[in-house]
Amino acid sequence: MSEYILEMKHITKEFTAVKALDDVNLQVRPGEIMALCGENGAGKSTLMNVLSGTYGYGTYSGDIVYNGETCQFHSLRDSEAKGIVIIHQELALSPYLSIAENVFLGNEQVKMKGVIDWNVTRAKAGELLKQVGLGDENVNTPVIQLGTGKQQLVEIAKALGKKCDLLILDEPTASLNDEESMGLLMLMKELQKQGITQIIISHKLNEISFVADAITVIRDGHTIETMHKDVDYSLDTPESYKKLEDRIIKSMVGRELTNRYPKRHGITIGKEPIFEVKNWNVYHPELTDKKVINNVNLSVRPGEVVGLAGLMGAGRTELAMSIFGRSYGSNISGEVYINGKAVNTHTVAAAIDSKLAYVSEDRKTYGLVLIDSIEFNMTLAAMSKYFSKNGILNRNEEKLKSEEYRKRINVKCNNIEQVVGSLSGGNQQKVVLAKWMLTQPDVLILDEPTRGIDVGAKYEIYEVINELAASGKAVIVISSDMQEIIGTCDRTYVLNEGEICGELSGDEITQENIMGCIMTHNNRKGAAS
Amino acid sequence: MKNNKNTINIDLKQYSMIIILVVVYLLFALITKGMNMTPASVNNLVMQNSYVVILAVGMLLCVLTGNVDLSVGSTVAVSGAAAGIAIVDMGLPSPVAIVLGLLVGLGFGLFNGFFIAYVGIPPFITTLATMLMGRGLTYTVLAAQTKGPLPNDYNFLGSGFLPSIKIAGNMELICIIVAIAVSALVVFNELKDIATRKKYGFPGHPMWQLGIKDAVILVIVWFFMIRLGQNRGLPVVLILMAILVGLYHYITSQTVAGRQIYAMGGNAKAAQLSGIDTKKVFFWVYTNMGVLAGLAGVVLSSRNASATPKAGDAFEMDAIASCYIGGAATAGGIGTVIGAVVGAFIMGTLNIGMTLMGLGTDAQKIVKGAVLLGAVTFDLVSKRKK
Repeated sequence: MSEYILEMKHITKEFTAVKALDDVNLQVRPGEIMALCGENGAGKSTLMNVLSGTYGYGTYSGDIVYNGETCQFHSLRDSEAKGIVIIHQELALSPYLSIAENVFLGNEQVKMKGVIDWNVTRAKAGELLKQVGLGDENVNTPVIQLGTGKQQLVEIAKALGKKCDLLILDEPTASLNDEESMGLLMLMKELQKQGITQIIISHKLNEISFVADAITVIRDGHTIETMHKDVDYSLDTPESYKKLEDRIIKSMVGRELTNRYPKRHGITIGKEPIFEVKNWNVYHPELTDKKVINNVNLSVRPGEVVGLAGLMGAGRTELAMSIFGRSYGSNISGEVYINGKAVNTHTVAAAIDSKLAYVSEDRKTYGLVLIDSIEFNMTLAAMSKYFSKNGILNRNEEKLKSEEYRKRINVKCNNIEQVVGSLSGGNQQKVVLAKWMLTQPDVLILDEPTRGIDVGAKYEIYEVINELAASGKAVIVISSDMQEIIGTCDRTYVLNEGEICGELSGDEITQENIMGCIMTHNNRKGAAS
Repeated sequence: MKNNKNTINIDLKQYSMIIILVVVYLLFALITKGMNMTPASVNNLVMQNSYVVILAVGMLLCVLTGNVDLSVGSTVAVSGAAAGIAIVDMGLPSPVAIVLGLLVGLGFGLFNGFFIAYVGIPPFITTLATMLMGRGLTYTVLAAQTKGPLPNDYNFLGSGFLPSIKIAGNMELICIIVAIAVSALVVFNELKDIATRKKYGFPGHPMWQLGIKDAVILVIVWFFMIRLGQNRGLPVVLILMAILVGLYHYITSQTVAGRQIYAMGGNAKAAQLSGIDTKKVFFWVYTNMGVLAGLAGVVLSSRNASATPKAGDAFEMDAIASCYIGGAATAGGIGTVIGAVVGAFIMGTLNIGMTLMGLGTDAQKIVKGAVLLGAVTFDLVSKRKK
């Protein structure tokens, strides 16, 4: 028996003219948790797709040695037969089927050929749920009624329902909040005790360092280095942790990012607020007696970057979308002022006219028309106002401006006619940003502007935020990443359960203080009820 | 690879359907020994296809939103019936009857648009309902009888020709004038395009490729015009068609309204959050379809010189098929007016070719179905390869 449960040797995978993987090597020892990191587009997911047989044998070159045996996987089924299970970033659950049905999706428990044994299915599903800490859930509940965090756990239960010796998790915590993420990481450690080898792909360095026994960094389709815990790095002191983090970042981006948040120079924050929201109340769109936002007041001055911090489900996106053209909620009341004047934001078009812009959280669903070009997307929101006259488009102006913004915010692409769906996440996010910058807003609300994008692209987006603030605009940043709020904002509001529970500025903005605001608020609410 | 200053090769895929049209046409010319190229056949191709083209242009907008309109065949029948009744039973003058036909179409469009956009009933269901209602209504108002004959001034729209001025070789002068005008327009547009690209420094296509493209277009135009000139001249419906195609091509490619339809079809949520009133877009797309269906109804009845309850049967399928053959995507957001028109002509070419071969309508349907499936399969497979 060799030292490794899995060895991927000299893997090279080409897509039309592009080498996604170039001589990649990966070695995983039995029972360890291996973290795979790298920027978006570095080739992590491609590598895992090669391993799981999604890109079948013959479409790549190199060898996969698993349990001492050279394997040729032609499909997902082949790799699963060997006990390799992959959980993709986009969950593969069928929303209206029950938990039990989903757990055994593709692996149905049958009495005789093709007839499902419901008793066994439910009983076994129940056991698996206990194993992943979902013992309280009813196995007959449709998964759509579960939160993302729990759905992720159902996926893991599904994996455990199969023969699973090597579990691959592709960015499992990307859409989870801190608490849920922690739960998931603890579960990974639990599974490790049961002897399951795991590979985790993640951008979140704190999670990686917490959970992993070894870290492999991939950049531009090459393996850069593999580090083993207690051999190559330790986590005994905060300094050693910082050292590891710097090393990973350096390997990932190929250069040293001395500061993950660019410094801001020469910005003068105005005195009078440019943007104010007063007495804002919003009810749930369907459950119309449920108050989602309760009496929110906030203001932003020109040149200021203000955060909206809070846990997932605190109501930040709901607040932003209800302000922006009443795109969320019902029975909305309150006033919005821009430059001291009460403005109408009843429709999105009116909000845009009032110089308000909202960069949505989920760029693929709400931000972009993926099948259309960069140019098409960049000019979409500003089309009526700046790129047309009497309803006739000015196509030349569109081209010129898109080209200008492509250069200005450094969108990596062949040309502006490229379809946005083919861009990496970071570049897609830049296109969304450009789209809203082109509406020439006074106030920009950025909802999770850097979610799921890599360190390099993040830095560039922070630079754009600074540039916008420097030009006297008001920027509101909604982020679940507290470091990001701390790194980018002059001031932040803390939201909890639809209410503003605190306001911090300057050095007061720390992770402890933000959490403190939330805790106090929770206690107060708990005491009141 | 050499990429010398600012030129990109023309993407042949963009023109694949035009190439297929030409190939199919030439294939039938071979099979029927040139019978489909006679002046009369070319004239038939234009006239028999006119209503499908009119419908396909409107249908494309529905398809761009990711939906279809099933009610257009019935709307064609009702509006034809309305015009027929107005003339035969009520003795109204032809222009009034035409306007009435269009208004009936508008009524159907508004009805569909209201339920789809503002009540939120899926278009498939709404238009399935109006398809049944419309057909039933036609049989009721016509008492299952054919209404006719309709007067000549009414029939002029569907079967008339522009006034005849013969020149040498039995040729209609007007056709030659149109051919020259179109040629000038094509060349002028190309030059203007090149000038714009130069001025702004946009990348263009190599000159020789542009030359071939324009040459092909001009050959097709001249072939059509000469053949029509040898027949009875320029059909009135061709002018109507040309205006509609030009207008809708312009709307879809150069206006805010057109862009909004594409954006909505590509991603309705993103469109909404970009300030586009998607309900309004939906409403007008279906209202517009109703008006065009009304127009097609008038054209059809004027070509047949009568209104029949069976008129326009399954026309919606021809229009929908034209859009998909012309490269539109079922999910919405992709497709062009020109593509839909080419799709309609591919089907028309098949119809006429097979008729000349002596195949009946039953066999024609089998072939048309196969072509639809083949075209979409080709489209899908060629995209998947990328």
